Amino acid sequence: MSQAPSEIAIVPTPQLAATGVGPHRRRLQMGGEGVAGYLFLSPYLLVTAMFFLVPLAWASVLAFYQTNGPSSRVFVGWSNFKFVLGDTDFYVAVRNTAVFAAASVLIQLPLSLGLAMLLSSKDGRAKNLFRLIIFLPNLVGQVFVGVLFSILFTPTYGLFNRLLQALTGWGLDQRWLDNPSLVMPAVIIASLWLYVGFNMVYFLAALQNVDQSLVEACRMDGASPLRTFWTVTVPAIIPVATFVVVTSTIGSLQLFELPYTLLQEHGGGYGPKNSGLTIVGYLYQYAFRNGDLGTGAAVGWLLTLLILIVSVVQIRASNLFGSTK
Amino acid sequence: MNGLHFLLASMAVVFVSLWFVRSKAAVVFGRWTLLLCVAAVMLMPFVWLVCAAFKDKAVFNEYLFLPPLDKLNSQTINLDNFRSLFAPKQTTQGPVSFWRYVVNSLLLASTGTFISLVLCSMGGYALAKFRFRGRGALLTYMLASMAVPGVALLAPNFAVIYHLGWMDSYAAILVPSAVTAFGIFLFRQAMTAVPDELIEAGRMDGCSEFGIYFKLVMPLVRPMTGAYCLISFLGAWNSFLVPNVFLQTQSKLTLPVVLNQFMGVYQRDYGVFLAGTLLAVLPPAILFLAVQREFISGLTSGAVKQ
Repeated sequence: MSQAPSEIAIVPTPQLAATGVGPHRRRLQMGGEGVAGYLFLSPYLLVTAMFFLVPLAWASVLAFYQTNGPSSRVFVGWSNFKFVLGDTDFYVAVRNTAVFAAASVLIQLPLSLGLAMLLSSKDGRAKNLFRLIIFLPNLVGQVFVGVLFSILFTPTYGLFNRLLQALTGWGLDQRWLDNPSLVMPAVIIASLWLYVGFNMVYFLAALQNVDQSLVEACRMDGASPLRTFWTVTVPAIIPVATFVVVTSTIGSLQLFELPYTLLQEHGGGYGPKNSGLTIVGYLYQYAFRNGDLGTGAAVGWLLTLLILIVSVVQIRASNLFGSTK
Repeated sequence: MNGLHFLLASMAVVFVSLWFVRSKAAVVFGRWTLLLCVAAVMLMPFVWLVCAAFKDKAVFNEYLFLPPLDKLNSQTINLDNFRSLFAPKQTTQGPVSFWRYVVNSLLLASTGTFISLVLCSMGGYALAKFRFRGRGALLTYMLASMAVPGVALLAPNFAVIYHLGWMDSYAAILVPSAVTAFGIFLFRQAMTAVPDELIEAGRMDGCSEFGIYFKLVMPLVRPMTGAYCLISFLGAWNSFLVPNVFLQTQSKLTLPVVLNQFMGVYQRDYGVFLAGTLLAVLPPAILFLAVQREFISGLTSGAVKQ
């Protein structure tokens, strides 16, 4: 990693230089490429050392200290981890985050796939326009969606409440952001609007891998559309679907900005009774509001561990599923 | 029963009657109606936002979108929201104009995008076209580093930034994100497709390694450059957590941080707040329209290779 360019330049051994044929001659040139390569990569090496490796090492140390701001600290052993794992608020945060992750995978991804299938066939301009419109909310990001939807959910006057009333005759006076049992549904609705188009793009790409002649053959043989979907489409999109499931789960587990801004005026960013508190919200509160970087680092480790476990399980499961097909 | 119900019911009637005449036509009709409904849902908050920003305070809640035509005049639709938005506000640290936040955000996002474009493409070029010792190990390391979530390291990063003396400075935001493993991978992917012969030819003609990268290879990966600029700009423009943690002086804040702060201030005056939100949404929209073709093709080509 941190080898100086000058050390790498001297690659060839005496034997290599002496034979001087084909592959060895190519090796000889590598000296020059090594210098250039490390020079081109030096900004990355510096930044990653300073803001990834050092913090990574520091995180291991910090998690065992009680801190009050970045300058004062006392060694406390495992007690940060013990405190977090014994804190009911932490479990509230884990539950909310898990609910959100489950909703992303079970509601949002099927919707994304459905939209992609509606938009996948060839014919041109109109569909491109629809793709663009559905992708549009991704330009504005979590914070803007959070602040916008906090007003759309206003009782009586908010766009969402009025639309719900017009459609179902219910919901005009619902206080979405003040009712603990409606806070997570509100967060999920806002995130659906934001992210459904993003994952649609991946599924659109995946659907290009579906063999159209197989689909045609299924139809000739009189297979139902549902059966065609399960036997032809699903196996073809499994690799991309796995990727999308894993990345959106990882993203969901790091949810913070959307609920924090949506609920800014409702429980200080965490919702009434912490009903919108997420794991990263918990980390943020301890590390930067309470100045306890040690607890923040401990939560960081726990989050990393959780993400690692969930990703491995998902990839394993998809391999099993893929091989039985 | 209202207008919306009537519309949905008539669509259903058309669908069912088409189904009996020609089921294929019904499927086509159903597909396009569904798409139109989805598009309406996606666009509605944006349309609402534009209307809300121009609506007068007095009629803000009276009309859902715009006032009816006979009430459409300068009493109901005007620029008052924008005027009061840009009037310098007294804060605990002296008066600050909204322009200040717009300029801060534009400056930070465009500088950050430019720096990371140059540094990531350089790194990507080295990994795509140079053979050197440690290259494989470096690639593995980069992949592994991408698996660690950024927020998990935020607390120790805070300590690093503090000890560097970068608290409340833009360096705390620009430097750590100046070059990322993700960006390098994107450019490596695109640059692997550039033919080696071209680079050899450049060397024969006495072009320097940096010249080859800058004059020969970069022009060939323009689609990826466009896509990366958009991704990077959006990321920086929408970034909230990092500036919120590291910036303290009011006049240094960026739009997302300030909008979040304004929510409490404009409780009774949503129009002003939404005028600010509208302005904050515009720059990414303009950039997107400029590079959208590259962006979609860049994204899809990346996804197919997964």
